[in-house]
Amino acid sequence: MSGGRQPLPAWVDIGLIPIVNVLLAFVVVGLIVLSIGVNPFTAVRIMIGGSVGYPEAIGYTLYYTTNFIFTGLAVAVAFHAGLFNIGGEGQAYIGGLGVGLVLLALDAVLPPLLLVPLAVLAAAAFGAAWAAVPAYLQAWRGSHIVITTIMFNFIAAAVMVYLMVNVLIAPGSMSPESREFAAPGHLPFAHELLAGIGITMGQSPLNLTIVLAAICCALVWLFLWHTPWGYALRTMGHNPNAAIYAGIDIRRMTLLAMGLSGALAGFVGVNEIMGVHHRLLLNFTAGYGFAGIAVALMGRNHPIGIVLASLLFGILQQGGAELAFDIPAITREMVVVIQGLIILFCGALANVTKPALEALFQWLHTRSDNAPAADAAEA
Amino acid sequence: MDDWITFPVLILSATLRVATPLILCAMGGLFSERSGLIDIGLEGKMLAAAFAAAAMASVTGSAWAGLGAAILVAEVLALLHGFACITHRGNQVVSGVAINILVSGLTVVFGMAWFQRGGQTPALPPEARFMPINLRGSRAFADVPLLGRLYGDLLGGHNLIVYLALLIVPLTWWVLNRTRFGLRLRAVGEVPLAVDAAGISVAWLRYRAVLICGLFTGIAGTYLSIAQNAAFSRDMTAGQGYIALAAMIFGKWRPVPALGACLMFGFLDAVAIRLQGVRLPLIGEVPVQFIQVLPYVLTVILLAGFIGRAVAPKAIGVPYEKEH
Repeated sequence: MSGGRQPLPAWVDIGLIPIVNVLLAFVVVGLIVLSIGVNPFTAVRIMIGGSVGYPEAIGYTLYYTTNFIFTGLAVAVAFHAGLFNIGGEGQAYIGGLGVGLVLLALDAVLPPLLLVPLAVLAAAAFGAAWAAVPAYLQAWRGSHIVITTIMFNFIAAAVMVYLMVNVLIAPGSMSPESREFAAPGHLPFAHELLAGIGITMGQSPLNLTIVLAAICCALVWLFLWHTPWGYALRTMGHNPNAAIYAGIDIRRMTLLAMGLSGALAGFVGVNEIMGVHHRLLLNFTAGYGFAGIAVALMGRNHPIGIVLASLLFGILQQGGAELAFDIPAITREMVVVIQGLIILFCGALANVTKPALEALFQWLHTRSDNAPAADAAEA
Repeated sequence: MDDWITFPVLILSATLRVATPLILCAMGGLFSERSGLIDIGLEGKMLAAAFAAAAMASVTGSAWAGLGAAILVAEVLALLHGFACITHRGNQVVSGVAINILVSGLTVVFGMAWFQRGGQTPALPPEARFMPINLRGSRAFADVPLLGRLYGDLLGGHNLIVYLALLIVPLTWWVLNRTRFGLRLRAVGEVPLAVDAAGISVAWLRYRAVLICGLFTGIAGTYLSIAQNAAFSRDMTAGQGYIALAAMIFGKWRPVPALGACLMFGFLDAVAIRLQGVRLPLIGEVPVQFIQVLPYVLTVILLAGFIGRAVAPKAIGVPYEKEH
């Protein structure tokens, strides 16, 4: 007879539980869609067709995916250190500011090969700096990082509005936007790159930044699981007291984790400012920072999971736009609802599904154990 | 002639109007957080309540029905937070964020589906709103210098919810500091184990705190959409839930200082609107963003311990696990 509780098989913990949670979220969304008089299955069909059905749509989907990967990784790195970074939105905003400032200052003097890396570094540095302040305040002054990063989102928004309206606005412009960057400050679009090797693809905002996203995924994986700093960071996240006894400097690790997190979030600015808009403007972060929480929770804070979750969110974002176009009763905000529900089911209510599945597997296990015993008794 | 009195009266009565939802949310958050539950979801609950109030009031034509719907919706969200965090010991910050994001999407989705006005609800007639109350005799006193203005425009001329918010502050203080329930509530936010050992249910205490929070945020949402304004518009809370959270922290998790912080933040907002484009002597023109951002900056500075010390309830954010 089997005694005690069986641990869940790994595939259940890693594979099944997230899928069950996401399915629960989608069941609720389906009910909401149904309640406003739209057939949820029609909605799904339109969303899938609109997001992966033709090349331009795939381009858009991957462009959104790029942003979700950055903010998802940002939240995940902080999570591994036991820190909750709600400030992705502000860090992305300030990261974009860094990109914009470099390009506005140097786009006339530097060649692209110097300008682009410099702008990417600026995005990382500005995003990291914006996250490092709350990290410093938590590690050295004892203030709560959740509250501080929330406040920093608002401070970032105010700083950007002030700068755009009063300082960086293009002369003569009516809307708060900077001048357009010169050509060396544009990242090539995917359709331009593909045209260079003879493949024609419809125009979409997808650009070279997606390569940066892929590199970031690999680097985050290497850093977290294959370097001593990553080990220290995860130790701190699991048990800060144990980390202290192991000689890990908690304060510096907090700073490192948040700095990395902020740098990753800042790369949204690369995609948006250098990749797509080619000028500095307001509100280009559009909620990606908050969506990163959903991406990280759904992707279980692992780069592979985050890529998959980001793809799903990219599909939802692009498919949602098509859906809103086709069915006027549904708005794009349906995607925000899905994000909220995924955070709810994968995050806040994560403790609800896991014990239920554990009980189920326990029951299956004891039943399969008892079955031979019962046979033996009969014989 | 009496310009020197008009301006401060206008600013102060605007302060009161802006501060009202902050006060309600801050007091709600205070109950939740003093019981040991972080509440990032003030913003979401208030937004959902604002939508429910406006939707219900526009359908039924009754402000009171709107208030009822708003409280109901806020309570449902509060219970969801409680279910996730008290019963299932989920992450309180994640739960709050989920509620905020969910509501910011849902209010637009339902708003579009039900009213087809780009996420807005139809404009409400005065009968379906909480309108300003003119105090008895304010007309007769209007010509009395100074006192007439103070009586008619500062003390009077507000809607019911403004007065309610001002009443809730002493009530909160009394409940927290002078009742058995308040004592236990504060204890459960500091050392839940002791409360449990005394044979009092930690979960039930926290659920009651969450329900009070839902009630207050429901009233706050009602104020936004059917008292201060005549309709719901998308994302109309615009971060006020977070400002209320900041005010509560700024008030060091105590009702009266939190009221002070709400009034100060409200005052800053009222001044910011007035100062737009005005050149002050010596300093010149103050950017509006500078004043708008002050509540957040001040809260960060306070939390960092540079001005006094804000100490959170000891057990905040830690799910209570009953030993078997």
